[in-house]
Amino acid sequence: MLVFILKRLGLAALVAVTVSAISFSLLFLAGDPATALAGEQATDVDIEAIRRLYGFDRPVLVQYWDWLAKALQGDFGESYYFKLPVADLVLQRLSITMTLGVCGISFALLTAVPLGVIAAIRPNSLIDRLALLLSVMGQAMPSFWFGLMLIVIFSIQLGWLPPSGTKTWVHFIMPTVVLGYYAMPAIMRLTRAGMLEVLASDYIRTARAKGAGEGRVLFKHALRNAIIPVVSLAAVQMGFMLGGSIVVESIFALHGAGYLAWESIGRNDLPTVQALILIFSMFYIVFTFLSDVVNAWLDPRMRAG
Amino acid sequence: MARTADALLEEIHGPSPAQLLRRRVFGHQGLLIGGGVLAVLFVVAVLAPYLAPHDPYAQDLLARMRPPVFLGGDWDHPLGTDHLGRDYLSRLIYGAQVSLLIGSVAAVISGLIGTAMGVAAGYFGGRVDMAVTFLVNVRLAMPVVLVALAVVALFGGSLQVVILVLGLLLWDRFAVVMRASTRQVRSREYVTAARAIGCSTARVVLSEIMPNIVNNLIVVATLEMAHAILLEAALSFLGLGVQPPTPSWGLMIAEGKQMMLFEPWLVTIPGVALFALVLAINLLGDGLRDVTAPENRN
Repeated sequence: MLVFILKRLGLAALVAVTVSAISFSLLFLAGDPATALAGEQATDVDIEAIRRLYGFDRPVLVQYWDWLAKALQGDFGESYYFKLPVADLVLQRLSITMTLGVCGISFALLTAVPLGVIAAIRPNSLIDRLALLLSVMGQAMPSFWFGLMLIVIFSIQLGWLPPSGTKTWVHFIMPTVVLGYYAMPAIMRLTRAGMLEVLASDYIRTARAKGAGEGRVLFKHALRNAIIPVVSLAAVQMGFMLGGSIVVESIFALHGAGYLAWESIGRNDLPTVQALILIFSMFYIVFTFLSDVVNAWLDPRMRAG
Repeated sequence: MARTADALLEEIHGPSPAQLLRRRVFGHQGLLIGGGVLAVLFVVAVLAPYLAPHDPYAQDLLARMRPPVFLGGDWDHPLGTDHLGRDYLSRLIYGAQVSLLIGSVAAVISGLIGTAMGVAAGYFGGRVDMAVTFLVNVRLAMPVVLVALAVVALFGGSLQVVILVLGLLLWDRFAVVMRASTRQVRSREYVTAARAIGCSTARVVLSEIMPNIVNNLIVVATLEMAHAILLEAALSFLGLGVQPPTPSWGLMIAEGKQMMLFEPWLVTIPGVALFALVLAINLLGDGLRDVTAPENRN
């Protein structure tokens, strides 16, 4: 188990370093950062001064190493636009994105798992077909359009929910639904497939044969085993979700990290963009690492691979 | 009892593989509906210059925000006009061109990259496999929307840039699926036989392995095409994809958003078009998977 964790940790670290190199090199894709920073009326002297101030005159590898070393200590440099430390900015905005992510994945799990279980208990029934239809439709619906439609219906026409802002939990209802529905189809399909497989297995027949009640068979014996792959899928989806919250945050004007990313891209605020790409990637890497470890702990067969 | 020669032959030999395939295809509702809708949208996109009632770029500031027919408009502008007086139906029709072009070219680019990586990983195994798996991990760790937005912002939003960025980002599923399929096929007798008689690696891969995994490739390609279309719309909606005045559906939704309070149809119409196109492609992809999956071949 320890060997597995160490191996997996090594891989995660290697992925993290590669991602950091890619997000760092974004800065140089943009052309000369000093010229961009100096603005249009800058003279050559100004540009040269800025180049020295920000250290752009050093070799790229040195700059990368410097940036990485500081990033590891939680220092992502200063935002070009806000003139504030990027780390503070991001930290301040991250709570909204995290809240949204947790709400979104909870919503997806709470709706998709029961639907998947019911669909598996009664395959080809009306509910099964309805769930399938829902998942096919869900995958085809553009999330930003879905969000706008919810605003039209629930904010403009019915006036039930606020269209934007983060003041109360009511403000989070529509963003949660829009962020969460995207993860639902995959979770539902996996729950259904897992339950179908488990329900056909010998130990379920044994449990039934010894007279266990149907509820006990379903929840104590079947769901516990069928849910394992769902947990790891949910972890991966959570990582994707945080990265995808940029769309949802921009529709509902939630000033979280995704919104900050969108603003910063528009303002060419590269240190902030780099930091956010790196942080969102880290979330994904940590979540997948944790889910692999939990899986290996629950299922010893995983440790071999 | 009069029997046709064909029926008699079928009774003797059993149905041919082609006949079986035809039966599976025509017995699959999702595949037919998806394929049908996609075919119609494709024809609409190709014939856009003949079908569109107006020039999609022509502004008529005296005829701004005309409602569509079903909301009391007239037949000169069946789907009304936008905030610059441009005919909404014409923009919708030309928008199909943009979506289909971006979706298919991006899917081809990412398909080439992902297939090359996946087949190499599955066929050679060992270090190549490790390297490819690592690259897929790196790619999955990067937030697609964020990276795409940032790169498009750096290079400026144009059709070519958006296509290239999406093509270079969406190869992960191709690589994963092609790797798994190649590993399955690679240990079959016919591959061993081809290698035993001295076929080159290129020949083994191209004429023994590829034909046997191409069905999976097509399924992934349809799904990734849908994915690319959705992403393009999202990028354009956020203002960092295809730039105005190009009639992109995502851009139309973004422009309609300003007037959404009073004219929700400005957002509803392009959204429904986008939804229908992506749904059709997904249905087609799911259907193709069903009819080509070996376990359904009885």
